[in-house]
Amino acid sequence: MTDLYAGPGEETDDARVVTVAGQDWDEVVASTGSSSDDRMIVNMGPQHPSTHGVLRLVLELEGETVITCRPVIGYLHTGIEKTCEYRNWVQGVTLVTRMDYLSNMFNETAYCLAVERLLGIEVPERATVIRVLMMELERIASHLVWLATTGLELGALSIMLYGWRERELILDIKEMVSGLRMNNAYIRPGGLAVDLAPGTEQKIRSFLEIMPKALREYDDLLSGNPIWQKRTQGVGYLDLTGCVALGITGPMIRSAGYAWDLRKTEPYCGYETYDFEVVTHQDADVWARYRIRMDEMAESLKIVEQALDRLRPGPVMVEDRKIAWPAQLALGGDGYGNSLDHVKHIMADSMEALIHHFKLVTEGFRVPAGQVYVPVESPRGELGYHVVADGSNRPFRVHVRDPSFVNLQCAPAVTEGGLIADVIAAVASIDPVMGGVDR
Amino acid sequence: MTAGRGETSGMPRWTSSPRVRPEESPAESYDRIAALVQERLPDVVEAAVQDRGELTMFVDRDRLLDVLRLLRDHPDLRFELLSSVSGVDYLNHPDLEDDRRLHSVYHLTSMTYRRRIRVEVAVTVEDAHVPSAVPVYPTADWHERETYDFFGIVYDGHPNLTRIEMPDDWSGHPQRKDYPLGGIPVEYKGAEIAPPEDRRAWA
Repeated sequence: MTDLYAGPGEETDDARVVTVAGQDWDEVVASTGSSSDDRMIVNMGPQHPSTHGVLRLVLELEGETVITCRPVIGYLHTGIEKTCEYRNWVQGVTLVTRMDYLSNMFNETAYCLAVERLLGIEVPERATVIRVLMMELERIASHLVWLATTGLELGALSIMLYGWRERELILDIKEMVSGLRMNNAYIRPGGLAVDLAPGTEQKIRSFLEIMPKALREYDDLLSGNPIWQKRTQGVGYLDLTGCVALGITGPMIRSAGYAWDLRKTEPYCGYETYDFEVVTHQDADVWARYRIRMDEMAESLKIVEQALDRLRPGPVMVEDRKIAWPAQLALGGDGYGNSLDHVKHIMADSMEALIHHFKLVTEGFRVPAGQVYVPVESPRGELGYHVVADGSNRPFRVHVRDPSFVNLQCAPAVTEGGLIADVIAAVASIDPVMGGVDR
Repeated sequence: MTAGRGETSGMPRWTSSPRVRPEESPAESYDRIAALVQERLPDVVEAAVQDRGELTMFVDRDRLLDVLRLLRDHPDLRFELLSSVSGVDYLNHPDLEDDRRLHSVYHLTSMTYRRRIRVEVAVTVEDAHVPSAVPVYPTADWHERETYDFFGIVYDGHPNLTRIEMPDDWSGHPQRKDYPLGGIPVEYKGAEIAPPEDRRAWA
């Protein structure tokens, strides 16, 4: 039996254990001793900067070639699904937005679409348009983080700074809209927490002017770079058969040549009325996924522009007072959003309104028993919410089919047989967000 | 490999072209799917429920793989993608009719016909065994490990049924409804706030 807890330098039945922690390489080499065995087990992660968060890869190496790769996850498990069962339906938004922390709006929208289907309600037109607007901005931000971190991991440091620079603009927009840069809890069952702040439209329009130039800049910086090409082309290959068998969706399946994008194939939130292309590529490697994410950002810009043009004044929350929280908020003197008219109404005019408000906020609304599964196209693929209700004011079960979780299953398929340096590129191209993987 | 072949299902031995019926409403297609499964595999479907525009088929545990194979391979069904496997513990749920409170829920997607259905298997806590879907859908691997981890449903035939999210030496299955949360009351400014489990609930 292998001693899993053997310390550095200790001999186990199988092999000698060496801990590499930033010391002199000569010491590391000396401590390995003279072994005739070429096989080496390397624990990459969970604290390795290039494993995209707390992902641990157990690699069996022969020289520099990866023989087996076993991903080990669970280091970021926070029990969000279970916690949802002990909070009411509206509070659920605050929890699910923290799962895949690079696609907050997608988590919120999918959860809310699920709750709305359970309730059998339709949200107002303006709320849907703003949801699309925020989701597409988020998609750009998420792809920018992918570009920045993948560049960093492959040694292209400048692109990291550029990617972060433009992402900051999107976070500013999100902050202006929802009050928070991330984990917004902006999209609520029945609509939105609050309407767009004054000046938001202008801010997004100025972003739309900056972004195409920035995209060209990334392209100039990376696409012609021979190192970038050699690190990405022909690396991390996964063809369509592999994708479907392993349940891989999102940019990875599109990189294998199949235009599977839920925005087109099973439209939700009115995506069928927007004019945009589904980007595909034939190479099924890291380069193809890079090209797809770059082009998808341009497509998302098109959708954002169309959504902006469609914004018409109107309510952003359903009218049903049994569900809707007051959504017409204004910034109060204390810096918090507040609905002064609503406060006046419940505090001064109507005792019944006060009781109702209190019940709605503490107890929340009830959802008829049943179950639904709602998928949306997140930046990483199919994000599905399986929500079960039992008729009470809290979800009975919230299961999230997170694309990062499913896509990470292909890590052995895209790394085994390749070089250890390509593990970084291949795993980065999957774009796993550990918050979503472990939930 | 996939270029120019027009093969998008991942099941390359299929040759017939898809027969999409645009005139058919979702409810009609669900009726047809349920009838087709019923015809091919009699007495396997315990119930087929349409609710909120979605079809759920409750199937016999022992024939689950037959159902999945039929759904995947039949030219009129073609559910190529297993989107998700999740567990639900129906303890104290108003819809629970017998003592089979643990449900293993499969969400299938037909990429050819752009349709989704749900297949559900119910088992008791004492005999929480379900055949593994990995031979039919390799993607079920991690999904089933997660469901085993959280609900204790044992997927017979799974290649490596170990815990995936919780630590390896964890005892119990945390998403079962009778799993204790272990919270303690918290005192804040003289008031005591009960742990979530003991807080007031409006059932």
